[in-house]
Formats: sequence, structure tokens, C-alpha cells
Amino acid sequence: MNRIEIDKLTKFYGERLVLDGIDLSVAHHEVVCLIGASGSGKSTLLRCINGLTEFDEGNVRLDGMDIYDESFGRTGLYKRIGIVFQAYNLFPHLTVLDNITLAPVRVHGRQRAEAEDAARKLLDLFGLGQYAKSYPEQLSGGQQQRVAVIRSLATDPEVLLLDEVTAALDPELIGEVLKIIRDLKTQGMTMVIVTHEMAFARDVADRVCFLDAGRIIEEAHPQRLFSSPENPRTQKFLERIIASGRLGASA
Amino acid sequence: MTRRPGKGRRTIALKDRLTPVLISLVSVIIVFGAIVYFVGSAEQWPRIQSQFFSIEAMLEAAPSVGRGFLVSLQIWIISLVCIAIWALILAIFRAMGGPYFAPLRIFAILYVDLFRGLPALLLVLLFGFGIPALNLPGLPNNGLFWGGVALVLSYSAYATEVYRSGIEAVHEGQGMAAKALGLTQWQTLRYAILPQALRNVVPAMLNLVVALQKDVALLSVLGVRDAVREAQIYTARTFNYSSLVVAAILFLLATIPMARLTDYVARRDRQRRLQSAL
Repeated sequence: MNRIEIDKLTKFYGERLVLDGIDLSVAHHEVVCLIGASGSGKSTLLRCINGLTEFDEGNVRLDGMDIYDESFGRTGLYKRIGIVFQAYNLFPHLTVLDNITLAPVRVHGRQRAEAEDAARKLLDLFGLGQYAKSYPEQLSGGQQQRVAVIRSLATDPEVLLLDEVTAALDPELIGEVLKIIRDLKTQGMTMVIVTHEMAFARDVADRVCFLDAGRIIEEAHPQRLFSSPENPRTQKFLERIIASGRLGASA
Repeated sequence: MTRRPGKGRRTIALKDRLTPVLISLVSVIIVFGAIVYFVGSAEQWPRIQSQFFSIEAMLEAAPSVGRGFLVSLQIWIISLVCIAIWALILAIFRAMGGPYFAPLRIFAILYVDLFRGLPALLLVLLFGFGIPALNLPGLPNNGLFWGGVALVLSYSAYATEVYRSGIEAVHEGQGMAAKALGLTQWQTLRYAILPQALRNVVPAMLNLVVALQKDVALLSVLGVRDAVREAQIYTARTFNYSSLVVAAILFLLATIPMARLTDYVARRDRQRRLQSAL
């Protein structure tokens, strides 16, 4: 059984069709990258997976269970699927530590001391131990995004969704965030990643899906998709990417 | 201390730096001096002075007006606390989404429409005279209490809108992040949105605080012996209006520092935003 099964997912924004019958499955420990032009529906698809965005037709299953199934309870799904956003979305009035422990303490009822210990362990693991008592605005963009990743890991999710997590970062800060994601892959985290970093996608993905106008029009192993794309639209998209020099060496 | 560019400014000659200061000083003295001179030399000035600025009358009226001003301050502070709490509750009603909270949301909208649309004076008269006349059992019967209630009802409508603008100014990504972490709607407001919103609204709220301080004088129509009422009593007895000037001075002494504080807080807030935008 696959970890995530997406079946004929359809979504309208008003009259506009943004997701047009998407079928996608993600196996345990698999890393799937979603690529495509802006407005192709990548981020919307990602947000449908954990119910952040409601969809109109089709269904999404986690370990064979519909994500709207009552057995998840109100918070079960959010505990098992973490998401990281492009703009970090850390809470600016809370310290790094409080950002990370907010959900474990308030949503999942863990003891504060225990949650803080766990948070500090994660911070140390990702080289941010000394920033536990800092506020987000005192950190660089790359550090903030790493904190955001840690915050989403604080509930021990089984799946991590990453929504263009490097798009808001200065080029020299992208590497530290991508490193964390590689580490997570090594540890066997199942991930769905929306990215514009083609070199990174080629490097980390087990499978790359190219979206265009709300459909997955080509999916393949990254080596195959980037070296010999079959669909003309994929070819055109990748040509533009190569022309802008963004398929270079991985950061 | 932040270092600023343009160290070269220090080399500007003392003369060049003093000139603008001197020009503004001289022009201020000329303009205000002229006003004082013309007003003071006017034929009617002695009459105006004895009517409004009689030192003797001011000193005589000062104790009772001052006592009244303390009453004004008490009403002001108690109303402020009630308004801050009640308006926050209304703003939370307003911010709760979903069908279950529709009655609360609609209540808050109607409330704001109603009480923002009515003159505060009308509410003061309606509550301050109307309700005590009903002689409701178990409820206080004095004008002061019900006049205060009217002020709270009226100002809460404005304060609710201020809170709401603060809540809406919090970036939508904050709510999304909270939802993705599994927080309920209430927890999202409580832990993620409101702490930021409250910080956003401080400058705008201080404006309301200053406005309320003045509108406390509306309660004088109910016979509440605040500063204005005490001044009126003196005027009615002596046909001299200097007591009202005493009350005016007391109000200014209280509101001008509040206004400066508001400016200061607003400026600091703007700097904070600029810094965090970097």
C-alpha cells in the first residue's frame, strides 16, 4: 500500500480549473518533486494533500485512509503530515523554541518540558541549538526556514510537504536548507516537494512530476525526465529553465 | 546608536547650521508677538480678559473644577478598561469563521453598525435619563453609571473596528501555518493572530483613548459633577467664564502628553515594521 494515494483530484478556484483530475501516488520513503510553471497547480495540489485547501472532486488517502475520515480526529492528519511554506510563516512574536513547541503542547497535549527537550534535540541536530531563545526576525532567512522545517518535524510526521521552501531565500542561503532536506531523505522521510530548483530536484527526487494547466503530463525518474523529456511541453519548460541557467550544479 | 552615513555633515560651518534655526526662531517670535500685540491692544481685550482669563476667578474655581476633573479621570479609566475588554470580545466574535459562529458574527456586525452610527451624546441622554426613569429593580439607578455605559457602548464600536483592522493586518500565512499545525480556530486566534494584532493596534487605540478622555465631558449633561459641570456651576453663579478655561487647561494638560505618547508609539511602531521588513 502506498503512503499517499491521490485519485482524480479536481479543484476549481471560482470558474477556473486549477487541478484537473490528478492521479498521484507516493510510496513509503519516496521523494516526489513537483515541477512546472507558476500557476500550473503545484502548490494547490500540495495543500490538498493535508487538507489545507479543500478540493471539489476526487479523494486523497493517507495509508489507505481518506484524509477526511473521522478516525483521524481533528488533529491526527496534521500530526502525520507536516508542511513547510515558501515564506517560512514562523510566528514572529514567539521564540524559536516556542514556535516549535506550540503544536506539541497546545494541540497534542504533551508536557512543556518534554516538548522543549525534544525541540532542543532537533535544533541541535540541525545546528541551530544556540538560537532556541531567539526571535525569528533575529535569524537569517536560511535559519528561519530551517526552524520552519524543524517546527513541522516536531510532531513526528510521516510525510513532509515542502512548498517552494527555497524560493524566498538569497542564493547563498539555499544550500543550508537543501542540506536538511537531503538529510531527511537519508532518514527515510516521505516527501512531496514543490520546487524551482531543478538541480536539487534531479539530485534528491525518486520521481519528478511535471505539471501543466492542472495536470501531471509527465512523470519519470529525474535522470530520464531531465535528460530526455518526452512531452513537448516538458521539453519547452526545461529548455526555458536551461536557458535561464537554473539546471546547473546542485547547490 | 545607529551609525548614519554622511560623516561630512560635521564639517558644515557653525554659521550655516545656525542660520535655519535663527530664521525659524525670529519668524515665530514675529508672528506670535504680532498676534499677542494686536489682541492685547484691542479695545475689547480688558473685557475679554476679565470674562475668560480672570486670575482671581480661576483660583476661586480651581478646587471644585479640579475635584470634578478627578471624577472625569475616574470615569475615563473605568470606561477604558471596559471598552478594551468588550471590544476585544466583539472583535473575536467577528473574526470567528464557520457556520456555527454566524450568530456571533452577525451580532458583532450589527452592534458596530448601530453604535457607530449614533451620536455619543444621544446615547448618553438615552441611557443616562431613560434607564434610571424605568426604575428597574436590581440595577443601579444613577446617571453616572448609565452615562458610563453609554460611553462604553459607543466607543466599543470604534475599538472593535480598530481590533478588527489589526487582526486583518496579520499576514494570512500565519493563520495557514497555525491550521497546518493543527490549531483550532480559537487557538489560532489566541496563540498566533491576537498577540500580533494587539501590537499592531496600539497607536490607533491611543487615538481613541485621547478622544474618550474628552468625551467624558458629555456626562456633564446628566448632572454628573465632572470638570465641565463644576465649571458650569461656577459660571452660573458668577457670570464669569474663567472656570471653563480652568477646565480647558486641565483637559489639555492630560490630552497633550497622551497625544505626544501616541506619536511616539506610532513612530516606534513604524520603525519596528521597517526593521522587520528588511
